[in-house]
Amino acid sequence: MSEFLQLAFSGLTVGAIYALIALGFTLIYNASDVINFAQGDFVMIGGMGTVFLMAAGLALPVAALIAVVAAVLVGLLLHRLAIEPARGASPVTLIMITIGASIFIKGVSQIIFDKQFHSLPAFSGDTPIPVGGATILPQSLWVMGTALALVVALYLFLEHTLVGKAVLATAANRLAAKLVGINVALVLALAFGLSAAMGALAGVVATPITLTRYDIGTLFTLKGFAAAMLGGMGNPVGAVVGGLLIGLIETFTAGYLSSTYKDAVAFLMILVVLLFMPRGLFGSRTVERV
Amino acid sequence: MLTVEALSSSYGRIMALREVSLEVKAGEIVALVGSNGAGKTTLLRAISGVQPVRGGRILFEGEAIEKMEPHLRVVRGISQSPEGRQVFGPLSIEDNLKLGAYRRQDARRQARLDHVYGLFPVLAERRRTPAMSLSGGQQQMLAIGRALMAGPKLLLLDEPSLGLAPLLVDQILAAVTSLRTEGITTLLVEQNASAALAIADRGYVLETGHITMEGTGAALLDDPKVRAAYLGL
Repeated sequence: MSEFLQLAFSGLTVGAIYALIALGFTLIYNASDVINFAQGDFVMIGGMGTVFLMAAGLALPVAALIAVVAAVLVGLLLHRLAIEPARGASPVTLIMITIGASIFIKGVSQIIFDKQFHSLPAFSGDTPIPVGGATILPQSLWVMGTALALVVALYLFLEHTLVGKAVLATAANRLAAKLVGINVALVLALAFGLSAAMGALAGVVATPITLTRYDIGTLFTLKGFAAAMLGGMGNPVGAVVGGLLIGLIETFTAGYLSSTYKDAVAFLMILVVLLFMPRGLFGSRTVERV
Repeated sequence: MLTVEALSSSYGRIMALREVSLEVKAGEIVALVGSNGAGKTTLLRAISGVQPVRGGRILFEGEAIEKMEPHLRVVRGISQSPEGRQVFGPLSIEDNLKLGAYRRQDARRQARLDHVYGLFPVLAERRRTPAMSLSGGQQQMLAIGRALMAGPKLLLLDEPSLGLAPLLVDQILAAVTSLRTEGITTLLVEQNASAALAIADRGYVLETGHITMEGTGAALLDDPKVRAAYLGL
């Protein structure tokens, strides 16, 4: 039982990170129909940026803030320089553009940073907290708490502010959004910026647990994509549930079968979802009433 | 108020508008009639800026706007109720209407909301439900109400009567007439040509992308060619 609980804790921790990445996918997909395969690289920028800024002598909160701002800038540039000029291109073309951008970001990071693995000290020490026979690391609470806070903040923004509703309106009907005077290009930039910020924050809190390196984004992208697909691409609730599920399944596989298969789980889930329930658990995009 | 000069627009190689010119004066109701595919919707979309223009000019209150971003045209006072129930499906009716006032968050927003609910009471009854749960006719009312929420100077109405019961058509056209007393100028696109021309000061007939006739609403209603082609008489 305590082993089960232990695995569940670590599953929920990585799941929370995947959920944030999946939410980033969802936000950009809803606003622009783009599946952004550079999503995981925002996580890397958040982690690596904080590591190197702290090494330069900055305090953690300052370093993290600058790293997140840097990721947001990269997100805005990605939209402005790579996505916006290809407006009207097919989804496959747009996906390839984001894959290209991801490779580019990794290349530049290799030069700016280095090729080593890096970690951050845990924010509140390494003393495990005993819970029901198992233990939980304080950093896990940081990860889950950050994820929860971001999900709540995103919900409040989308549901309770006019600009948030403009984002939802743009996702629902771009033509009508333009006709009521919503600056659609600005909404898309906002979606990219927010997704980058969420990814980078996930990277900051996750790095003490997962470590980070210039190319760690690829795996995060694929796990987050699997989570978004499992939940139903375009559905924010699905993204969170999908992220937690992928995290749990992955950890239980590693714990009860073999950690060799850990990373295969996410890919297996993508295949299962595509074959048996292409719309995911929370099948988004209901058919419009005619 | 609105002057369209030799406006051309195309979908790929297909010319949808060929050198269309028309004018809408302040306080007027102008009807644009024509058969399916004549280019009526394309013209309204070009005026709103959501359809690219190949050539020609669009002047609104003396300012050239043909290259202006769509949201800035809304700021200038041009608001459109598009054809075919283009509502924000997952959002509530009230959110749809509030988004209509996205560029006009002034003190009169609540008054306009009450006005729209007065015009279409069924929207008030269901204000918390998602727009996609409405019937086609109700979505049409919502689209019109949303356009009114912008407090426009020029209202572009694309097929407001499409899919509505005859009683509602009368109600909507009566609403258009009453909007004039509030200082709103209307450019009305309708397949229901007789109803549109009956309330219009002036009208234009659009055929395969160009204007073939123009005149007062009454004159067009009496014109034998218009009667034969569009009124089924």
